[in-house]
Amino acid sequence: MSRQYETVIGLEVHVELATKTKIFCGCSTEFGGAPNTHTCPVCTGMPGSLPVLNRQVVEYALAVGLAANCQINQYCKFDRKNYFYPDNPQNYQISQLYLPICHDGWVEIETAGGKKKIGIHEIHMEEDAGKLIHDEWENCSLVDFNRSGVPLIEIVSEPDMRTADEVIAYLEKLRMMIQYLGASDCKLQEGSMRADVNLSVREAGSPQFGTRTEMKNLNSFKAIARAIEGERKRQIELIEEGKKVIQETRRWDDNKEFSYAMRSKEDAQDYRYFPDPDLTPVVISDEWLEEIRNRQPELQPEKLKRYQEEFKLPEYDAKILTSSKHMADMFEETIAICGKPKEVSNWMMVEAMRLLKEHEQDPENMAFSPGNLAKLIDLVDKGIINRTVAKTVFEEIFARDADPEAYVEEKGLKIVNDEEALRKTVMQVLEANPQSVADYRGGKEKAMGFLVGQTMRAMKGKADPAMVNKIVKELLTKMI
Amino acid sequence: MSILELTALELGRKIKSGEVAVLEAVKASLDQIRKKEPAIHAYVTVDEQRAVKAAETVQKMIDNKMLTGPLAGVPVAVKDNLCTKDLLTTCSSNILYNFVPGYTAEAVSNLEKAGAVILGKTNMDEFAMGSTTETSAFGVTRNPWNPDHVPGGSSGGSCAAVASNECFYALGSDTGGSIRQPSSFCGVTGIKPTYGTVSRYGLIAYGSSLDQVGPIGKNVSDCAAVLEVISSYDKKDSTSVPRKDLDFTSALVNDVKGLRIGIPRDYLGEGLDDEVRQAVLDGAQTLKERGAVVEEFDLSLVEYAIPAYYVIASAEASSNLSRFDGVKYGLRAKEYEGLHQMYKKSRSEGFGPEVKRRIMLGAFVLSSGYYDAYYLKALRTKALIKQAFDKAFAEYDVILGPAAPTTAPRLGESLKDPLKMYLGDIYTISVNLAGLPAMTVPCGTDKRGLPIGLQLIGDCFQEKKIIRAGYTFEQTREGK
Repeated sequence: MSRQYETVIGLEVHVELATKTKIFCGCSTEFGGAPNTHTCPVCTGMPGSLPVLNRQVVEYALAVGLAANCQINQYCKFDRKNYFYPDNPQNYQISQLYLPICHDGWVEIETAGGKKKIGIHEIHMEEDAGKLIHDEWENCSLVDFNRSGVPLIEIVSEPDMRTADEVIAYLEKLRMMIQYLGASDCKLQEGSMRADVNLSVREAGSPQFGTRTEMKNLNSFKAIARAIEGERKRQIELIEEGKKVIQETRRWDDNKEFSYAMRSKEDAQDYRYFPDPDLTPVVISDEWLEEIRNRQPELQPEKLKRYQEEFKLPEYDAKILTSSKHMADMFEETIAICGKPKEVSNWMMVEAMRLLKEHEQDPENMAFSPGNLAKLIDLVDKGIINRTVAKTVFEEIFARDADPEAYVEEKGLKIVNDEEALRKTVMQVLEANPQSVADYRGGKEKAMGFLVGQTMRAMKGKADPAMVNKIVKELLTKMI
Repeated sequence: MSILELTALELGRKIKSGEVAVLEAVKASLDQIRKKEPAIHAYVTVDEQRAVKAAETVQKMIDNKMLTGPLAGVPVAVKDNLCTKDLLTTCSSNILYNFVPGYTAEAVSNLEKAGAVILGKTNMDEFAMGSTTETSAFGVTRNPWNPDHVPGGSSGGSCAAVASNECFYALGSDTGGSIRQPSSFCGVTGIKPTYGTVSRYGLIAYGSSLDQVGPIGKNVSDCAAVLEVISSYDKKDSTSVPRKDLDFTSALVNDVKGLRIGIPRDYLGEGLDDEVRQAVLDGAQTLKERGAVVEEFDLSLVEYAIPAYYVIASAEASSNLSRFDGVKYGLRAKEYEGLHQMYKKSRSEGFGPEVKRRIMLGAFVLSSGYYDAYYLKALRTKALIKQAFDKAFAEYDVILGPAAPTTAPRLGESLKDPLKMYLGDIYTISVNLAGLPAMTVPCGTDKRGLPIGLQLIGDCFQEKKIIRAGYTFEQTREGK
């Protein structure tokens, strides 16, 4: 590859909002549930039914728009997007085309390349579709409308990203921001956050964009990174071979690490958008907007600052803690019980993060009670268990929210402070390791460390290391 | 005098006093239906069992004084585009030949709460698209005044049922004149209320921004009383308007002194039948003699109403009717291969030619590249028409004119030339575009003995003015 290419990426991110009820009816948005149980005439497209807008959807959209520095259309409208598909009971989706609720905003991302602003073209509100299930046995398709009418916002970025790293940083930023706002849990695997990637390549320095493709079916950050790499290569290869990139929608198969064309621009549908006559325009008064603005929770940048000032945590620690709203919440709940922010922070940053990594989990998956971590810290603090034991107890807390007091009791993990018993064990260790004893006496002080270690091991880690040290030294000296 | 000759309010009084039993009234209606239906065919469905059962329930509630309203126990016919729980609702279309709703339209539900007994569902132009009731998939309805003529449409079944005493009053819907024009052809009274006055919930949509449910009765008093019952603010309909002035019967005042009435010259010009013109002018003269101030004026833009209406109504219809696809309810073609063919065959078999014509017209005007030229232009025209009416209502309390250019045409005459049929809507259509209330009252017959209707149009929310004018006119005529 002789020429240099630049990748240009823009994202369309769908986020399922955390409302209790659907966008245009009173049905529950709860996940799961037997098929077609969270439905009514409205969300199943029965004749004569009419949509009524859920106010909370507007408030969440506004909250996200304000956090993303957007302009707000205080007079916005819903439009119908017309297309036939069985998961879409009315055969039109109620969305926003002409006057979306938010537009022209930005979020700041940080990658190894530094800080960068990514433009937000618009944010609009719309309804989700139902789910089709193919029954191979009966050779027919069934439709479940439980998801039909679940509220979504679509966040459309400007084509401002250039690398997969920037894309991931942007998505992480959005996810963090939306989680902080409580507007969605943003779980990619469960589909409450979905990203479509628009990508084109151009020769470095070219003022014009290349022809772009849109990739769908990306359900993890890793898949997104792989898909970007794959598509970038595919487009460059086409150009190098003198072929043309076709504007089309492609579906990424993460198992095969390959995308294939779904439909090209030529057979793109004409959605015949027009304003939905069943819904009146949404008028957002200055007062309402102000109310939302005042209600905005503390977002990550402010929290980061506060953790450094209030808890005297290093910036690095504060950044990790605040990178997930859930983790920050757990941190704050724990210190509300036991204080000791530095101590709590260490457990979360070091042990919790290590275990998350081991189990390939997100901070969102941490499910233990802050009370149990507080108890553990207390046990260490009072000298009831030592740090080594504490780590294993924490693993139990992390894995199954074990009560540390009960667990320590049950497994007999308390520090052994009984000097007689320790003395006996040390004697046994010294007798079993005459060479080390001789080495020590020969002037090799290091040998003592080995003997202390052997004693700790014999005590299954439960001994107070200071006391072991003292006794080993005493006996070695005495035996001279 | 037979019970059948009574008006709805007269019957209501006799039921209340115990002079007539509800079951007696219902049985009289059912007998009349059996007698008249072979010649008229006003109904798609008559449910005798349901009516008899409801009569018994309502009678008990009247006896217990749980129902005290003026319409308690009075039998009613409901247009077949209003959903009725557990009662077939077809829109006179093959595509809904078997559709039994699980819920009742708000307007019907309001009637039932007031003690109305539903006899059945009346025939109409398929999906309310037509001006003759000839586009019904289940056969034409004949004009009770002369069976060789149409009853008008689309609420032709409701108007014919009232005119032939097959019910005491009926509900219709009016998108472009569908209550007022057949009322004129059948010599009955009908009101199309201000948009937003009667909930559209459960009304199977044709043109959502234009549709309104309204009463059809034997006189103005009945219509005012029914309108009072069916009007309500309904949170299930986002376009529903909260109003405090729904006491329409308070406007049944025999006095028009000082009422300013304007007659648009544009409504008296070319295309208007001479006999109709004379009857309308005579009607105006009658009101003048009673003390109204009557003058002619130029409304302007009248010729643009029809194209604007057919663009807007068809556009909305093309989207509203897309839910009828054979997937969830209604007709599904028997033989098909794959999804696309299922849609195509079900809709081809399910819809009649007039509905197909309007769906295609609507899809065309919304399609990419034509949206601005047709749909947006039609919306702008609509706004200008509203302005022209605003200007007129600054001068006049009521606008008076014909409801249709001619009396009822012969069967088969209109469908030969759809364009001519569309032009027949010229005096009614702008009322829907401007969202105004309007009423038809009988004002005479032509040489062939076919009825002529007088249309009275009010400003938004000024139903009371047209009710007063209509009532005074009616009283004066009765005196003559």
